[in-house]
Amino acid sequence: MNLLRLALAYLVDRLGTTILTILLLALGVATVTVILLVGHQLRDRIGREIAGVDLVVGAKGSPLQLILSAVFQIDVPTGNVPLAEADIVRRHPLVARAIPIAMGDTAGGFRIVGTEPTLLEMRGAALARGRIWQAPMEAVLGAAVARASGLDLGATFVGAHGLGGTGFAHAEHPYTIVGILAPTGTVLDRLILTAVESVWQVHAPARPQPTGPPAAEEHGAEAHGDGAHRHGEQEGHVARRAPPEKAEITALLVRYRSPLAAVQLPRLVNAQPSLQAASPAFEAARLLAIVGFGLDAFRLVGIVLVTAAALSVFVALSNALEERRGDLALMRVLGATRGLVFRSLLLEALLLTGSGLVLGLVLGHSTVEVLAALFRQASEAGMTGWVLAPEELWLLPGVLGLGLLAASIPVIRAYRTDLASTLARA
Amino acid sequence: MAAPSPGSGPVTSEFAGAAAVTLEGLRYTIGPRTILALEYWSVPDRGRALVLGPSGSGKTTLLQLLAGLALPSAGRILIAGRDLAAMSEGDRDVFRGRTIGFVFQALHLVRALSVLDNLRLATFLTGTERSREELEALLQAVGLGERAGARPADLSQGEAQRVAIARALVNRPRLILADEPTSALDDRNARTVIELLLARAEEAGAALVVATHDARILPWFEQRLELGSGR
Repeated sequence: MNLLRLALAYLVDRLGTTILTILLLALGVATVTVILLVGHQLRDRIGREIAGVDLVVGAKGSPLQLILSAVFQIDVPTGNVPLAEADIVRRHPLVARAIPIAMGDTAGGFRIVGTEPTLLEMRGAALARGRIWQAPMEAVLGAAVARASGLDLGATFVGAHGLGGTGFAHAEHPYTIVGILAPTGTVLDRLILTAVESVWQVHAPARPQPTGPPAAEEHGAEAHGDGAHRHGEQEGHVARRAPPEKAEITALLVRYRSPLAAVQLPRLVNAQPSLQAASPAFEAARLLAIVGFGLDAFRLVGIVLVTAAALSVFVALSNALEERRGDLALMRVLGATRGLVFRSLLLEALLLTGSGLVLGLVLGHSTVEVLAALFRQASEAGMTGWVLAPEELWLLPGVLGLGLLAASIPVIRAYRTDLASTLARA
Repeated sequence: MAAPSPGSGPVTSEFAGAAAVTLEGLRYTIGPRTILALEYWSVPDRGRALVLGPSGSGKTTLLQLLAGLALPSAGRILIAGRDLAAMSEGDRDVFRGRTIGFVFQALHLVRALSVLDNLRLATFLTGTERSREELEALLQAVGLGERAGARPADLSQGEAQRVAIARALVNRPRLILADEPTSALDDRNARTVIELLLARAEEAGAALVVATHDARILPWFEQRLELGSGR
């Protein structure tokens, strides 16, 4: 016999109440855990996506939309910008690095993004197999794309016009897979990466244009969904290192050379007729503030549930101790000090709340894992139940403390029990 | 090797020679009411005494005072030579657990525990070591060898009474206090229980004080304390 065995015997003796109390507590803890896990992973993911990007330059419009489309790849772009104007930014001495992003098509529901290999370096992406693209119409698949499509090195595919995945197929411009990326835990996993020139080539006009590249408003992301183009005939004319005079890109991901750029560059960009500058850090903070409100609301629900569960611990222990006043007095008669009785009751409360806490954590993590398995958006956002949010560590003292606080009133009442009168009544 | 005889451990030598119970100038009052008043009473070491009186005469109160569950308003209570009121509450709890075995009228078995665990609880709370074989031998001695795993709710009144007796004996006390141990039993069971109490107390070398209004058990006791009905 020991205190643990005694406490367990009492919990098992009123099994129904014990299970209900543990379940109620677990429900509250699980809700808070899901909120913490989703919030943590969302912040972590956003942080990883915007790392290395100080400024995004794109077409005028909503800055948040620009960030969501160019960095997170979850919204349509605000439009395209002339390469010539973008080059003003690229060549600026305060710019350390500017990576072009050109979008417009999808394949199998995954976005085809024209860019430069420096994007992979910036994200720390490594090739699982194959090599980086070296010529137009060569493509590198993100890990999730390769897994979902089943396509392998050397295979070919064609893009569908537009980002909705329902546009006509660019059947005459097949891409050849030359590389597959290892998982990065970033948006790269679900992108098909190629040279910017590939995007230009796919969307080049059908007839030779002696005066230069296609008109800006007819090509590029989303703007060219009218089906008026005829592609393919000019692909040999689009030189990789010689973009068409009026070529466009969707956005530029800029890295500052010095902090001074943060002051000067946005102003310079916004002064251009068709450019806008958006700060990923600022827009991400705005986004988190919007999403965070929802998370806070859910967290409040979780806290209410945990508090209700703590009250149930209070009620369960109060009732149990009321029924057991005779037992507690008996323990004193048998030689237990007040302290020992006090410790045995606290241990019981600790077992009750500890079980609810552990079960709640398991339920919470399992729920996130199930959500990631059921919903593509959740898995694509990198959600998993196999991580520990640092805030979860606060659940340990928080819930146990709340449970012990709830238990303290009935325990103190038991502590003060008058032996003679209790035994006489029992 | 045979299991040791239940309750037959060495009597603590610390109090050897002292009377098991000594009351001097005892008064117990609640507010203006005097519940109990005794000038002097003593039970010798290994003695057997009966406390008699009608309901409300203070028999249970006297046992509670002897066990240190309540403290006298005046006078002294010495148990095995030790003044209970002079001890701290914690010391009194420990002393009670190790020195006094109590058989309650309401038995107070812990329903969440098996018969065997009810005995284990009593040893655990006093920090006494008893092997499973010792505990089973004790249950055997009170005729419950086959009921070690049973819950109190599954026992008959007579069986529950015997468990309470076994629990009172498990720590080899110097003094056994029994409150109305036979009042709820038929003649045969009453006889069994009282003979069991006397035999086990004899084996354990313990004094036995029984409070009762049951005249059936008078023949077994020579020393008697009659409490009046007036308080």
